[in-house]
Amino acid sequence: MSNNQSNNENEAKRLEGVAMGISHFGALPEDVGNYSSTWRKLIAYCKNHLAGIIIAVVFTIAGNVLQVISPGWMSALVDEVKIGLTGSLNISAVWRIAVILILLFACSALLGFLQNFIMATITARISRSMRSAILHKINRLPLKFFDRVSIGDIISRVTNDVDTIGQTLNQNIGMLISSITLFVGAILMMFLTNWILSLVAIAMSMFGFLSSKAVMSRSKKYFRAQQSGIGAVNGHIEEVYSGHDIVASYNNIEAAKSEFDDMNGKLYNAAWKASFVSGFITPLMNFSGSLAYVAICVGGAILAMRETISFGVIVAFILYVNQFTQALTHIAETVPGLQSTTAASERVFELLGEEELPDESAKTQALTGVKGDISFRNVRFGYSKDKTVIHDFSADIKAGQKVAIVGPTGAGKTTIVNLIMRFYEPDGGDITIDGVPISSIARSGVHSQFGMVLQDTWLFEGTIKENIIYNKRGVTDEDVDRVFKAVGLDHYISTLPLGRDTMLDSRLSLSEGQKQLLTIARAMIQNAPMLILDEATSSVDTRTEALIQGAMDKLMAGRTSFVIAHRLSTIRNADVILVLNEGDVIESGTHEGLLASKGFYAELYNSQFSNL
Amino acid sequence: MLKLLKYLKPVEWAQAAAVFVLALAQIWLDYTLPDFMARITRLVQTPGTPVSEIWRPGVYMILFALGSLACVIAISFFASRVSAALAARLRGMVYDKVAAFTQEDIGRFTSSSLITRSTNDITQVQTLTMAGLQMLLKVPILVVGGIIKISGMNYRWTLATAASIMLIAIVVTIVMRVVLPEFRKMQPLVDRQNLTIRESLTGRSIVRAYNAEGYQTAKSESANEAFTSTDLKTNRTMVAMSPFNSIATNGLNIAVYIIGAYLIKAAAGTGNALTVFSDIVVFSSYVGVLMSAVKFTTKVLPRIPRASVSAGRINEVLATEPSVKDGTVEEGDAGADAVIAVNNLSFRYPGAADDVLKDISFTVRRGETVAFIGSTGSGKSTLMSLLMRFYDISEGEILIQGVNVKQYVKRKMYNRIGYTPQRSVLFRGTVRSNVAYGDNGKGGYSDEDVGRALRTAQAEGFVESLEDGYAAAIAQGGSNFSGGQRQRLCIARAVCRQPEILIFDDSFSALDYKTERDLRGAMNSAAQGAAQGAAQGAAQGITQGAAQGAAQGVTKLIVAQRISSIMDADKIIVLDDGRIAGQGVHSELLKECGVYREIAQSQLSEEELGGRRHGEDEQ
Repeated sequence: MSNNQSNNENEAKRLEGVAMGISHFGALPEDVGNYSSTWRKLIAYCKNHLAGIIIAVVFTIAGNVLQVISPGWMSALVDEVKIGLTGSLNISAVWRIAVILILLFACSALLGFLQNFIMATITARISRSMRSAILHKINRLPLKFFDRVSIGDIISRVTNDVDTIGQTLNQNIGMLISSITLFVGAILMMFLTNWILSLVAIAMSMFGFLSSKAVMSRSKKYFRAQQSGIGAVNGHIEEVYSGHDIVASYNNIEAAKSEFDDMNGKLYNAAWKASFVSGFITPLMNFSGSLAYVAICVGGAILAMRETISFGVIVAFILYVNQFTQALTHIAETVPGLQSTTAASERVFELLGEEELPDESAKTQALTGVKGDISFRNVRFGYSKDKTVIHDFSADIKAGQKVAIVGPTGAGKTTIVNLIMRFYEPDGGDITIDGVPISSIARSGVHSQFGMVLQDTWLFEGTIKENIIYNKRGVTDEDVDRVFKAVGLDHYISTLPLGRDTMLDSRLSLSEGQKQLLTIARAMIQNAPMLILDEATSSVDTRTEALIQGAMDKLMAGRTSFVIAHRLSTIRNADVILVLNEGDVIESGTHEGLLASKGFYAELYNSQFSNL
Repeated sequence: MLKLLKYLKPVEWAQAAAVFVLALAQIWLDYTLPDFMARITRLVQTPGTPVSEIWRPGVYMILFALGSLACVIAISFFASRVSAALAARLRGMVYDKVAAFTQEDIGRFTSSSLITRSTNDITQVQTLTMAGLQMLLKVPILVVGGIIKISGMNYRWTLATAASIMLIAIVVTIVMRVVLPEFRKMQPLVDRQNLTIRESLTGRSIVRAYNAEGYQTAKSESANEAFTSTDLKTNRTMVAMSPFNSIATNGLNIAVYIIGAYLIKAAAGTGNALTVFSDIVVFSSYVGVLMSAVKFTTKVLPRIPRASVSAGRINEVLATEPSVKDGTVEEGDAGADAVIAVNNLSFRYPGAADDVLKDISFTVRRGETVAFIGSTGSGKSTLMSLLMRFYDISEGEILIQGVNVKQYVKRKMYNRIGYTPQRSVLFRGTVRSNVAYGDNGKGGYSDEDVGRALRTAQAEGFVESLEDGYAAAIAQGGSNFSGGQRQRLCIARAVCRQPEILIFDDSFSALDYKTERDLRGAMNSAAQGAAQGAAQGAAQGITQGAAQGAAQGVTKLIVAQRISSIMDADKIIVLDDGRIAGQGVHSELLKECGVYREIAQSQLSEEELGGRRHGEDEQ
């Protein structure tokens, strides 16, 4: 009873985790709490580059200070030139000021360049380490995680989202810092020069800033519509392109096209509106710049006529207003950029924050010289709460036995494999190898005991040889050739122009069966103490299978092996056949014994001969 | 990139022309603004000017600025519409093109690349078109306008301006030289990253089982490194442009004053000094406007390399002719006894060295069940895709109801066929939308049709156990169903078409023997039922030919691995290495065809084969 209860508790906790995971993953960044926590994480991420960032910020500020003082010198230059209107012009004085100005601009440009260079370098490195963090994270996530997240989504986080972060950070952070410095500096200098003109200029510029802010808040909905429009079109296209055969041969092209046209039309509407509305910011800011410009000209002229200010001050003010409105424009422009940084970072940190497999560095128990006795004790498991796949699975497998697992689809055959390999953890009961519970052995320790071949052939882009050797060390070409011979691929491979060094890519059209033979060859090279074949030959025709049976038998000789197959010819010679139905072993025994008992297996087996 | 512009319609060209006119107006306004400034300067320097005099040019300046704002907004309106319309049109065109493609054409591009081309690449083109209309178009106007404006003034200033523009032009050219090839490398490097990550994710079970996490990560990391170093190179080089721009712009401003200083000194005492001074102020304002051309250029230029790569990728799709052309014949001879006739067919995949199928001839009669069996790679699936005309054959002919498949309007031909491929393809939607999929030329499917199809496909049980029944959601690729369930849904989809010909390309492999047997049984009785139904329909006036066709039952082509699936077929065709190794019924082939016997022996024991034959004899 108490045991039961604790199991239920565990189950409840686990499911809570799953439910929470689902609700969080893919959630949209809406609330402010998320916003600030995302930025905290992002800043924490930048810690390694703190020194560089500080230098960059210092350079930015210094560069902008130089820019902010330059209008003062510009004003001096104008006044010096203006002396020529009434008196004698001092050319050397003009040159002196001009040289100072040139130095100011040159230093400011150099500092700006250095700052941009450092920021570009840092953001590229931050992006790289983010990508790398995700790559490593993928290895530490439980396989369960991948059941609820699409691969495309994860890849998109590595490429699109990290790219977005890199680009927007690079462009916007530098711009934001320099804009703020410039903004503050320009205001300061303006007030130091003439407060009346300052108030006039700021009032005019604020008009543009506030009106573009109003526009931005409206544009959000178009941007959202555009993003979801792209998403919808992308999803539709993906299905139609990859299922093209079916779409074409079921005459569904027109229907799909009209669906597409609908989405495409919606996207067009959202896209032009988003682009149009976002195009308002710069002209509005420019207009308010012009307003300020006019106000300075007129106001300045009035003041100049009253001899309150010199004409040079007007020129200086025009430059200040330029700097001021430019800073405001840039600040306004960074807002959407930083919003997309936040959205992208949130997606990245969400993935990085996913719960990992428990750390197993403490599990030092290693399996050496494994005999291969495997026991299942009351194993219970379900992928989700509402569906228990394995109810109460117990079995004892002796070292060296070939165990076949058969049963109708959905009986839980592959689940058993997932549990032996610790890809998933059982909800109850335990599994032992030579009496050692696998939960006490590190995952990698369990994995190294098994060679595995699955129905879904997995080959990667690389040479045939690389695919066969995979991560095994010290494999010679002779070993590889021997294995090719064993699976009957030697002839085929010898007809390829580069033999075993031929690249496996889309141009080399291997049949599904040939791919399965390659994955069997890979398992042979691996030479692990035990073996799992999950529908490993389902696409290989029975004749070829019979031909490589010898090699397979040799591979399985003396090794505990698990074979899952629909095809009964594959399993007939197993030492033990476990018949699964709805998550329970309902029969077990040898082929002959099970046939004789005329139970479920016999019915399954005889159905292939029944007459219709 | 320019090639794509030909897809703009006259309406959009008119809008683009409007953008040009508006840009002219806006730039004229921007260049005229400093003239008022000059007037104010002169007024300020003239003693005794009343303040009201200064207000007037001020008001003009505001009006001009407003006019300029209106122009920019109108430009943004038209530019947004034109670029979004171009994007939408290109998306539609690429989509139509891909829809007309065959497997072969899609395979050449790969479907993932086609998806990127339909979305990402088009977005790049859209962004550049927008930027081009909004900014790049203004650059020549700004330059020409600037030249006109300053040409009346002192040539020394003009020289200084030219020098500064030259400096920028040189820097931009050098930077582009360095960056362009790097940008071209970018896209393939992104592809490479995607590929390695996709690899690790799709093979995650194997990766972990082989403790190969490190091996996979190392591959992805090297792609990451390569991408980062290219990214760094382009970013750092692009950054180098900005200091030169700023030096050129600010330096020019200072130069204007220095030159002005000399001019004023020379004009001292002639009374022209004031004109020169106001010229200085105005000229530096012109320079301000002119230099926005530089800003625009440097903003747009970095987009050009990526967008032109994208444009090239889009053009490549649009320029590809589908390898299979549609025919003109709509109806075959419905009364023909040979529903399918294949004569001396040979086929090799494009670019392959050898024929996949050689010298294939066979006939399928109405209502027959014909099975195809043979080793992996013997050409069974290829033969089915040729019947479906996913490829065109190199030699020989395929006739369906007496008409060469090349001459059919594909749509009409497909109306007669229900095809189920090896891979179970399901679409996002519901059970109903997947089973009642497409169109068979008979005007939609009823719920009864769907129910009947599900029942025949042995899918009724699990569909009814779903909470929403027919309305139950199906995820992309049907990933929320097991392999066997997916296969049964695909079979139901084919049956729902009520076709004259059913083709099953190894579509029973995920089913256990029992389910498969029940399915085949249901299909046979359903065919009889349909025949009766159609016979009644004939009495009510449906064309005689169609009724006759149905009355004689549905023709079935089955590709299978299991002997048990096909033992009862009217004809079994044994393929070996692309050739027909034998044709006949089970018992004949068992005696006469060595390949068939080997296949049979690999699946059934001698005793079972004997028992089976014995059983047959008894009947």
